[in-house]
Amino acid sequence: MTTGTGTVAPGAGGSVDLTPLAGRGSLTWGLLDAWVIAQRNLRHTWRVPDMLVFSIIQPVLFVLLFVYVFGGAINVGPGLNYVDFLMPGVFVQTVIFGAMLTGLGLAEDRQRGLLDRFRSLPMSRSALLAGRTLSDLVRNLFVVLLMLAVGLAIGFRFHHTNLAKVVAGFGILLLFAYAFSWVSATIGMAVSSVEAAQSGGFIWVFPLVFASSAFAPVESMPGWLQPFAENQPVSVVVSAVRALFIGGPLAGDVIASLAWSVGIIAVFGPLSVRFYRRTVSR
Amino acid sequence: MRAVTDTNSRPAVLAEGLRKSYGNAPALVGLDLLVAQGTVHGLLGPNGAGKTTAVRILSTLLRPDGGRAEVLGLDVVRSANALRARIGLAGQYAAVDERLTGLENLVMFGRLYRLPVRRARARAEELLERFDLSDAAGKVVGAYSGGMRRRLDLAASLVIAPRMLFLDEPTTGLDPRSRLAMWEVIGDLVRDGTTVLLTTQYLEEADQLADRISVIDGGRVIAEGTADDLKARVGGHRLDLVIARGGDLAAAAEVLRAAGTGLVDVDHAGWRLSVPVPGARVLAEVIRGLDAADVEIVDVALHRPSLDDVFLTLTGRRAEEEPAGQPGDDATTRDLVTT
Repeated sequence: MTTGTGTVAPGAGGSVDLTPLAGRGSLTWGLLDAWVIAQRNLRHTWRVPDMLVFSIIQPVLFVLLFVYVFGGAINVGPGLNYVDFLMPGVFVQTVIFGAMLTGLGLAEDRQRGLLDRFRSLPMSRSALLAGRTLSDLVRNLFVVLLMLAVGLAIGFRFHHTNLAKVVAGFGILLLFAYAFSWVSATIGMAVSSVEAAQSGGFIWVFPLVFASSAFAPVESMPGWLQPFAENQPVSVVVSAVRALFIGGPLAGDVIASLAWSVGIIAVFGPLSVRFYRRTVSR
Repeated sequence: MRAVTDTNSRPAVLAEGLRKSYGNAPALVGLDLLVAQGTVHGLLGPNGAGKTTAVRILSTLLRPDGGRAEVLGLDVVRSANALRARIGLAGQYAAVDERLTGLENLVMFGRLYRLPVRRARARAEELLERFDLSDAAGKVVGAYSGGMRRRLDLAASLVIAPRMLFLDEPTTGLDPRSRLAMWEVIGDLVRDGTTVLLTTQYLEEADQLADRISVIDGGRVIAEGTADDLKARVGGHRLDLVIARGGDLAAAAEVLRAAGTGLVDVDHAGWRLSVPVPGARVLAEVIRGLDAADVEIVDVALHRPSLDDVFLTLTGRRAEEEPAGQPGDDATTRDLVTT
């Protein structure tokens, strides 16, 4: 793109040189713009911490309820503590719920009129969405680490594993969360209000999260539900993370997890950007 | 009307036959617009007339369904991104981030306009100073007053000192004092050479700020010209005359009949006469005529029709009223008043 030579009115400007930077590729610009947006969102999180507090309290509550209330009733097999079985599932549930805030944040930007402002700027067309998914990833990482501390405090331990596998497990977890952020971004751009983003963004997640191997073994579910519960992406990711954290057969679930995440991003990334380009504030 | 190749005489905005519908509801039905560089052009019309849609198309936020538009010589669809680096947009919809401080907002927008961080910051401080917001630079915008927010919003649209500025109802919802302050700021910008396209439902605002006005109704321009042109089109001025008691009413009426463009209204009890006249120029003629007829003048006044009268004449409605129906429903009415 050419620089703004000749576009500057003498008096609307001041003493500052307003020639934009030039000569970078569109991918570099896309990342830089997304980073500016991500910084802004993280400032929000920091400045209005209620969202962060709630996104922490809820999963912690889940862990405690499941371990102490349902834990006794859920049989996960011989030689396995329920908390060890549960934690990988809770991690996945936590990052998915965290990722669902992406669409909410975007719907809010639209409601406050910021979407029009951003769309009137010469920034990259995907930057607002990429920046939002990026800042939600950072928040999710923070929440996961906190959850890990809570888990360790109530007796969760890694078994039959090593540091590389544990790190790989968190990597798979966060990549999956990132993929779900793009689904959420698509919903947030497609619906017409913050309220719709709130309910529409969460409803479909519940069956995915609960009809999965996250909290209870699939074998304990009715026969008609098992094929779905066994093969849907949340279960696949839970199985992969569980195998990486407490031992078990790896390769199939890990590869399937990565495939699901990459596939979801490949579909919903472009789709959400398409919606973004056509949306205007109301 | 044709665009010339010379950059400086090329119009800042040239729109031809712009059309846009939302579902079945037409918002623009063939809008034409020509804005000369360095001028303020007002889009005047009631809610739902299509003003905001027009601004959104011209500022690249919306794609038109038909027609074409150029801003600063760039096509708003094909060269949208290049255009975004040259224009500013402020008003009722383009907003600022309430959870960031004023400074953080402007630095962020500067960086998204691709200024390096240091210059983005220097520019932000310069703008805060200029818009009298330096003291509030570190405050979260959520705590700003309405007037401060609008000033910050305007500052955000000026980060790159654009040559073309779109202001969508810049003073809607502001108290009278803030409105006056905003008018002053806009006036300064124009003196500095910025071209401004502004939408408003306030007749007073268009009269005050705009060099030329396009009156929009039902998704198209129904009249265009300077405020004076528009007022003249409605029937020019009205001359009211009061003569001394016992004076020659018939002679006075004869003078007015010669100067006026319509029937002379004579109020015998009040020694008062009134007639529509083409403009202020006839005043001298009338006074000379009355002097020659030896009629003593007690009071003489010329009333210019307000833009409200203009709107009423053109559309059959007051500007502040809601439109009579959906923009497309009143096609027949529109045909009757089309100029």
